Amino acid sequence: MSMGTEERVEQDQPDAPHPAEIPSTLADYTKSYLARVRGGELGSMPALVGLVVITAIFAVVHQGFLSAYNIEALVIQAAPIIIMAMGLIFVLLLGEIDLSAGTTGGLCSAVMAVLLLRHGVSWGLGIIAALVTGMVIGFAMGWLRANIGIPSFVITLATFLGFQGVTLILIGGQGSVILPDDTPLIHLENSFVPVWAGWTMLALVVIGYAAVKVSDAVGRRRAGLPAPPATVIAAKVLALAVLGAIFTHEMGINRNLTVNAFFQNRSAGMPWVIPLLLILFVIGNFVLTRTRYGRYLYAVGGNEEASRRAGIVVSQVRISVFVICSAMAAISGLTAASLLQSVQANAGAGNTLLLAVGAAVIGGTSLFGGRGRMIDAVLGGLVVAVITNGMSDLIQGSNSAGYEYIVTGAVLLLAAGFDAVVRLRGRTT
Amino acid sequence: MTEAPTLELRGVDKSFGPVRALSGVDLTVRAGEVTALVGDNGAGKTTLIKCIGGTYRPDAGEFRFEGQPVTVNGPRDAAALGIAIVYQDLALCDNLDIVQNMFLGREPLSPRRTLDENTMEKLALQTLASLSVRTVRSVRQSTASLSGGQRQTVAIAKSVLWQSKVVILDEPTAALGVAQTAQVLALVRRLAEQGVAVLLVSHNMNDVMKVADAIGVLYLGRMAAQVRRKDVTQTQVVELITSGRSGDLGLTPAESTGATV
Repeated sequence: MSMGTEERVEQDQPDAPHPAEIPSTLADYTKSYLARVRGGELGSMPALVGLVVITAIFAVVHQGFLSAYNIEALVIQAAPIIIMAMGLIFVLLLGEIDLSAGTTGGLCSAVMAVLLLRHGVSWGLGIIAALVTGMVIGFAMGWLRANIGIPSFVITLATFLGFQGVTLILIGGQGSVILPDDTPLIHLENSFVPVWAGWTMLALVVIGYAAVKVSDAVGRRRAGLPAPPATVIAAKVLALAVLGAIFTHEMGINRNLTVNAFFQNRSAGMPWVIPLLLILFVIGNFVLTRTRYGRYLYAVGGNEEASRRAGIVVSQVRISVFVICSAMAAISGLTAASLLQSVQANAGAGNTLLLAVGAAVIGGTSLFGGRGRMIDAVLGGLVVAVITNGMSDLIQGSNSAGYEYIVTGAVLLLAAGFDAVVRLRGRTT
Repeated sequence: MTEAPTLELRGVDKSFGPVRALSGVDLTVRAGEVTALVGDNGAGKTTLIKCIGGTYRPDAGEFRFEGQPVTVNGPRDAAALGIAIVYQDLALCDNLDIVQNMFLGREPLSPRRTLDENTMEKLALQTLASLSVRTVRSVRQSTASLSGGQRQTVAIAKSVLWQSKVVILDEPTAALGVAQTAQVLALVRRLAEQGVAVLLVSHNMNDVMKVADAIGVLYLGRMAAQVRRKDVTQTQVVELITSGRSGDLGLTPAESTGATV
């Protein structure tokens, strides 16, 4: 270190031009990426590698793991986890935690179900009521944290328990409320986008992604700043197109082997929850990376005092993330209700929240605040879903649920340990 | 030297309950100069800069900015005048990169109301270049990966970016090694050469004698003396710090013993 500093001091001449790191070729770009990885900025790599490895393991030991039918099952199981994890990332960015996201989702879906079935409210209004309930809950918890100063761990532990009780009372003695078959909400997880529409959607996504990347690069070049080389952009767009095409093709295969009461005669195409995930992802990503508000989330999570001195109203930011998290928890709860076509009295209890927090952390979001992206929720959610799905197929018998808990817990601990180690390394450099 | 000083304090008093932290302090900070503020622990350095920065409200005294009397009722007022304080603990976000830190709280927006990253990056590069900062590898590297000296550099560059007229540096070299201290001191000089009025709070006599044009010495809450650097020796300054007077300079014997006048 001292040697390097000496050299730099000698270079410190007033008339020398300012150097900028310009990874202008693919090789340079790869080199700078690897340098960042060595420096502890791992990005999505651990989650991607983990996802590929465990998928490969399950695919080898369990035939049919990568069948179209099972992939669909994976996606619809992962969806509620991913949505909840997306909301949790906002809270985690500030170094806070929302332990009640699971039961908040359960409570919101119970509100919707009860309004629908016992009060004859239309499904649209029911969904709005669920979302508003989530937002009010989030505001209350955020206010208690920001203005009263109760640690979020304690507030949300209290609501975690309390909301289970409310849901139990709302749903009542029957133990569950079955949603009527004609509720459009059920289609979210149980009906499929027409195959042609799926391909159109893919085309739009790929074109949109390419357009954003190219316009960013052109803008940077026009401003005289180093821009990522065209080859890198092309490689990223191509990767997205290929992965998307494989998925869309798989989902285009008819999965309905036997006709039964629940599925339509032909089940081909991706579940409707995929477009929902896409929309939530794009909005979340936009907010986090391209708006002032998003920047302030990272700033407050990184150094609260510095943010305050920079004029950021920390308490407002803090309340807002709880509102967002609880609203996303409500959407997650509704998605889970769609998956089960009912709302259980214990909706959102148990390990629902742990899976979502695990997803965010496995994806690369830090529990210490200041680090997290929307893609973390997606990749981490898929890892968690693959583990849950694969384990339940792999280990049969009376202890299977037990092993599932153990493995998921171990993965969560591993990811959190990884997070802590990365943070330590970042400090010492 | 004929134009009015950028910042001029006259007779500033500040008490915390029975404790008189500042009494009758005068201080002049001129544009294009580095004014050092020295004094022993508890002499009132921090209290004084907090009064200037608007964190504390002085009980009495006159505050002139570019010759005009002003009242500073809070940090926002001070910032609006163009007074920037670079604190010892730096106030940078480790997880943000250099550009993001420099623009925090004042990000320019594009016509579509999104962050205007290109403008930010260009202005950050220009600012660092104007200060001849060449020690950072890339303005897009995260602040966590910077050395102490580089972090100071970013914090100081931030005040330049916002065209501050007065930059107050609180112990900028306290935690730095020899080479990095030299870098930061060179930067402090360049800052003054750009026409900024720099107020350097420091414990380190070597630093002060190296970069300061004027030196203000606080002793038990009083301004013992504000002298030109070229008129004094290091020994005299040390005497002023430790006993409040040195020969003809400084407080009267009665004042320097702390007796109420």
